[in-house]
Amino acid sequence: MTSDNDRRRGLLARLRGRPAARSRGRRRLGAAFRLIAALTLAGGAYTVFAPGVQAQENPPLTGAAAEGRALFDVSCVTCHGRNAQGVEGRGPSLIGVGSASVEFQVSSGRMPMARQEAQAMRKPPVFTDEQVRQLGQYIQELGGGPQVPQGNLREGANLSTGGELFRINCSQCHAFGGGGGALSSGKYAPSLAPASDAQIYAAMLSGPQNMPVFGDNQITPEQKADIIAYIQESLKADQDQGGFNLGRYGPSTEGLAIFLVGIVALVFASLWIAGKS
Amino acid sequence: MKRRKFDVAAVPGKAAGGVDDRFQVATPLRKLLNKVFPDHWSFLLGEIALFSFVVLLLTGVFLTFFYEPAMTEVVYNGSYAPLRGTPMSAAYASSLDISFDVRGGLIMRQMHHWSALLFMAAIVVHMMRIFFTGAFRKPRETNWIIGSLLFWVGFLAGFSGYSLPDDGLSGTGLRIASGIMLSIPVIGSWVTSSIFGGEFPGEIIISRFFIAHVLLIPGLLVALISAHLGLVFKQKHTQWPGPGRTNENVVGERMFPRYALKQGGFFMVVFGVIALMGGLFQINPIWYFGPYEAWVVSAASQPDWYVMFLDGSTRLMPAWEINIPIGNGYVIPPLFWPTVVLPGILVGLSTLYPFVEARQLKDYRHHNLLQRPRDVPARTAVGAMAVAFYIVLTLSGANDVIADKFHISLNAMTWAGRIGLLIVPPLAYYVTYRICLGLQQHDREVLAHGVETGIIRRLPDGRFEEVHQPLSAADGHGHAELDYVGWVVPKKMNRLGALGPAIRGFFYPIEKPVEAPVSPGHPPVEPRPERAEIGSGESRR
Repeated sequence: MTSDNDRRRGLLARLRGRPAARSRGRRRLGAAFRLIAALTLAGGAYTVFAPGVQAQENPPLTGAAAEGRALFDVSCVTCHGRNAQGVEGRGPSLIGVGSASVEFQVSSGRMPMARQEAQAMRKPPVFTDEQVRQLGQYIQELGGGPQVPQGNLREGANLSTGGELFRINCSQCHAFGGGGGALSSGKYAPSLAPASDAQIYAAMLSGPQNMPVFGDNQITPEQKADIIAYIQESLKADQDQGGFNLGRYGPSTEGLAIFLVGIVALVFASLWIAGKS
Repeated sequence: MKRRKFDVAAVPGKAAGGVDDRFQVATPLRKLLNKVFPDHWSFLLGEIALFSFVVLLLTGVFLTFFYEPAMTEVVYNGSYAPLRGTPMSAAYASSLDISFDVRGGLIMRQMHHWSALLFMAAIVVHMMRIFFTGAFRKPRETNWIIGSLLFWVGFLAGFSGYSLPDDGLSGTGLRIASGIMLSIPVIGSWVTSSIFGGEFPGEIIISRFFIAHVLLIPGLLVALISAHLGLVFKQKHTQWPGPGRTNENVVGERMFPRYALKQGGFFMVVFGVIALMGGLFQINPIWYFGPYEAWVVSAASQPDWYVMFLDGSTRLMPAWEINIPIGNGYVIPPLFWPTVVLPGILVGLSTLYPFVEARQLKDYRHHNLLQRPRDVPARTAVGAMAVAFYIVLTLSGANDVIADKFHISLNAMTWAGRIGLLIVPPLAYYVTYRICLGLQQHDREVLAHGVETGIIRRLPDGRFEEVHQPLSAADGHGHAELDYVGWVVPKKMNRLGALGPAIRGFFYPIEKPVEAPVSPGHPPVEPRPERAEIGSGESRR
């Protein structure tokens, strides 16, 4: 510290000190030196702060991301464009969506989309888990964004808190049993039955398609774990204590059942009893 | 001391004699037990409702032993792990206890709910039978009105029961009910605050609904059902026209023993079906809905099926708000029309229909014989129109579930419901009317020309004609017209005995087809002889 200060004081003294002793030639030489120094400084600052063409063309991709880029250029580029900046009317920009979004959309088979429609459907996934990770890595390195944490996503979770959070935040669209529900104009909230822990986490984090984002400041990672645990361990693992659950569609299928099963059986019974005469 | 011989066989007679000595019941009882009921399967539909009401009372009493009608907040600590530690009302906690901790509680709850749905379904099906056969005509208009009231009182019973568990679903239903009450102009806010004891949800509504559900409404139902059955006894049951049946008599079976035994058996069947449904099909899994909180509304929150038409009418109603510039402005919300005005009109129309029809047809006579639906095309078509209207509304009540599960846009479903509500009922009217006329015409054709035999005859000039079997001896012109008496016209040869009778038996034949007797004079049918294939050239075999 002290030595730095000393050296700076020395430099200033050298620039300002002994003006009378310098000759004209030396003054000219000093001016030229200062000009060159100023130009170098300005040029250097420009190269540092201005967006460089060089940097765009050769991003320092890791191995996995490079693999992901190769996959991207084959399967995603049509709609999301070169460098994932999006194509007007076809697909949104993926800058900043993060690997969480890729993880959800690609691992659930929603992407690549079969066709443009109100909402992408879940399909058998096109890519393996490894490829999904590579694609995610590429998008992550391209623009950053939310990431699904590694490890067990429902460690130390509390089922009843999860249930409460699920009913408040999720059941409006995904319904009380997680079976999904309709939204406007052909959009819908999908069934949670096939969703994995990571997919549910990624969906909350990235808000895919028509789902709102539930960021970590709205629902903390611990609460996310509670919700995932409720979905996986209570909604899905429960064997429906009351018997066949009729699809958990609420009173509409119950009404159908009373006519198709109850009334039909009893009309046959009355035909039978009335015939016995 | 000599032991007196005890004659077991004489006990019932002696006991009955003793009872009659004291109470003089033999004469009225004989009249009752000898009462004759006509027999037809469609007359048993009302019994389904009656018997499911009995099941409702039995299971309902069981549930009251464990249910706690209070909104005091407790923390659940029962068997269902995902709700443990959750604060909730005592009503919901006790409903969960009934489902998970009371022995046999869940099946009782499910049987209670299924029999409630069955009660309403049977009422509607029975009502349709009464309507389409004209059984509501004079002198039975009063019983028709009582029956319609039974539907609406059953509706209230169902809704109040739906609200009692105090889970997310029932709370959502209550919130909608309070919204409906609030929409009534002038008195709306007063009605709501007096029912809920202030602002929704308050702290009193569950105990109020409880007493309505277990005392007031069942009492009213029992009274109406008694009056309904009493009137059937007094006015006698209607019957189908047929041989020996007139407007002045009743042909059928005596109350005792056959009819009573059949009814007893049928009660067991109804009970059995309800018990099976209660044990096999899960209904209203309250534990998924959680305790009611104003901010928790699940997707697919629907009322039970008999209320769903109101949900549907609400979903189809455009947002037409009426602003009346009085004072600070007065608003009649759009909810008022589909949920208060529409049911009001429906109650009025359904109860007054017998009088409207009598006035229209200027028919003020007594009618104890039923009509086949085809014989009164206008009434049948009106009924079909009403059913179509109801079905469109009910489907619209579930339109989000239909949209989601069949991958249809919800907006498209709403518009389909709006347009369908205007188009489908008239279409149903027209189609039904034409079908009725067609069936009538076919009846008249058979009566005039006889039954089709399926035998084609070629005439000497080369024409073909089908041989008809006349139903009566022909007159001089070869015609044998019979009068239509309002009952089934035979249309198949085996009904006339010209072929072997139809195979008897309900689920499986009680006689084998080969053993079926062939009518005398008819040669026994022999299997068709095998024929060689006709082809050109060598056979490939």
